[in-house]
Amino acid sequence: MNTTETNAIEVIQLKKQFGDFVAVKGVSFTVHTGEIFGLLGPNGAGKTTLIRMMTTLTPPTSGKAVVGGHDVVTDADGVRHSIGVIPQAMTSDPELTARENMSIHAKLYGLTRAQRDELIPQLIESVGLTEFADKLVGSFSGGMRRRLEIARGLVHSPKILFLDEPTTGLDPVSRTAVWEMINKLKETANLTILLTTHYMDEADRLCDRIAIVDHGVLVALDTPTKLKDSVPGTDIVEAEFENPPANWNATLEKLDGVTSVTVQDGVVHLASDRGPVTVGVLMDMARERHVNVRRVSVQGTTLDDVFLYYTGRQLRDAASETVKRDMSHLYK
Amino acid sequence: MKLQRIFAIIERDMRKFFRSPALMMSSMIFPLMQLIVLGYAFGGKIKGLKIAVVDEDHTAESRNVEQRFYAIAAGPATMQIEDYPSVSDAVTDLRTGFVRAVVYIPADFSRRVDQGNRPRIAFIEDNTDNFVASELLTRMQSLVQDLNQGLNPFQPGQRLTMPTPRLDPLIDLQVVEVYPYIEYIKYLLAGSIAMSVFIVAMIGGGITFIDDKSRGLHEGYLVTPIKKSELILGLIFSGAIKGLMAGTTITIIGGLIAGIDRLWDPVRLIYLAIVLGTTSVAMISFMFLLMVRVSDPLVPRAIFGVLNTLLYFPSGAIYPVEGFPHWLRWISYIDPFTYAVHALKGLLLKNAGFTAIYSDIFILVGFSIVLVSLSVAFFRRQI
Repeated sequence: MNTTETNAIEVIQLKKQFGDFVAVKGVSFTVHTGEIFGLLGPNGAGKTTLIRMMTTLTPPTSGKAVVGGHDVVTDADGVRHSIGVIPQAMTSDPELTARENMSIHAKLYGLTRAQRDELIPQLIESVGLTEFADKLVGSFSGGMRRRLEIARGLVHSPKILFLDEPTTGLDPVSRTAVWEMINKLKETANLTILLTTHYMDEADRLCDRIAIVDHGVLVALDTPTKLKDSVPGTDIVEAEFENPPANWNATLEKLDGVTSVTVQDGVVHLASDRGPVTVGVLMDMARERHVNVRRVSVQGTTLDDVFLYYTGRQLRDAASETVKRDMSHLYK
Repeated sequence: MKLQRIFAIIERDMRKFFRSPALMMSSMIFPLMQLIVLGYAFGGKIKGLKIAVVDEDHTAESRNVEQRFYAIAAGPATMQIEDYPSVSDAVTDLRTGFVRAVVYIPADFSRRVDQGNRPRIAFIEDNTDNFVASELLTRMQSLVQDLNQGLNPFQPGQRLTMPTPRLDPLIDLQVVEVYPYIEYIKYLLAGSIAMSVFIVAMIGGGITFIDDKSRGLHEGYLVTPIKKSELILGLIFSGAIKGLMAGTTITIIGGLIAGIDRLWDPVRLIYLAIVLGTTSVAMISFMFLLMVRVSDPLVPRAIFGVLNTLLYFPSGAIYPVEGFPHWLRWISYIDPFTYAVHALKGLLLKNAGFTAIYSDIFILVGFSIVLVSLSVAFFRRQI
């Protein structure tokens, strides 16, 4: 298949049904070689099921997935050799040391002693765990353990790395550390990364392209910037004024770019499709009318807005819905 | 103190209890099962003991004696009679455990009966199992007593015709115990060694395996190119090595405590290692098959006691299998413990050679092959 030269992953009408519950309802997308591709969606959206089908852990009900040039059903072993997987649950052995965890994994991939001796210390170093290499993983913090698992997933130099919610459950400092690692990996030649997340800021920071998944359906797919641009009129300019004249709000509505004006607790919210331009004309107008501006700020479109736009719900609302079949760490 | 909070905790625990079938089962079925298994595993009427009868007399008199053995075999069925041509063959089979006792009717038996000159029947018994030995001896004594009824010198009509009163016409039962007296602690040792292997299998193959599974650790291995047969064989052999280590330790410590003679006999130690190794593989693969589709960490803990009762007591470790009712014997036939205990008793109590244990080893190996194949078939490589 020559498309695999540029496409690391091709997913065509992939579907997964558990009993009468359809977790993934026929999803198609392509991941280009060398990009960081994000699957964004709330818990229960079908992200983990998708990743498990792509990593050969769960057989698809129908459809097709080609990963690293290998079909996940007919050539599962080929897929397993070309991918590194960091599942959502912490899968490193707490009763073994970091180095032992790495070494056993390396042996499962058939690495020779020479390769192991060379690679393992390098990888442990690259995730900043050198001084903990011979400590039991059980004593590690969640962030350290996650970093070790990322290093472990790279031990056989895979072409594609799958990260299922790499920062879920981590504290902000650990999250940042994991982000830095992933960004560093991006610079590594030819490594394609597919990650799932339900954090908007994470997807925004890391991903070249994002697929928004909700209720087992892919609702949008593009770069973060283009996704944000596709949402109309959602820059919000917030301003507070000391002595607004009587018809002030009506004046504001006529400013360049403004689509609506609302007042809440004395704070004026201007929805605008060109936030910075609106701020400029707003300041000019205020000076002209001798209105004192106590505070002004502009908030750009976020992926939260994108999610809201495409799914009709806030991400946090979607996440708090009753989650069905999220058996992330129990076998069925 | 608030009553509501106490009730909240009670409610929580009760809800959890009723939602956990494994725990319910073990708390309700376990005691009942223990009652039934233990009730029938102790003190049952011993049946079907293989007895070698060697008749070198070949007369009507000796056949009369043999008939009485067949009558016991047909009636209370304590014995199964096997005819042997020679004492040496019979004693060899006695030492390797194929028969439990040898009845020897010497060539001069009928002549001595006719002469009223202390006819003798030799009873050579494997006294490593006290329950079996005493049951057989009781049967033998009553049999000889019956025979002597016919020869009673004080019976009317015979009294006057007795030729020489200084001779004793009664049959004399000469009992030979093949082994020195076996204390019960020695008898129990084989079962305890098998038990140590079982506990390792239970912890390693059951509890640790399911815990790792539910902690998600297996997912980390399943994403690698490992084949399910490789994963299972790896888990089984690691469990078997642990079982062998535990079994060897208990053999040596237990052997010293129980006072097994010549414990350090190197040939026997090698045989012991072979038996312990095959037992470990069989038990861990048995456990693995039971747990292959389980994901609830409570299950192996809850069925620990049930399995223990179901496998240890019917094995013949504490009371001979010949004393069990039929259904319990069937459990013992499919119980790897039975063969482990039989082989270990042969080695520890009789210092019997390879001939005494090869059939057990053969069965344990066959058992393991079947169980491992089934485990591989049932194991789910995918989530």
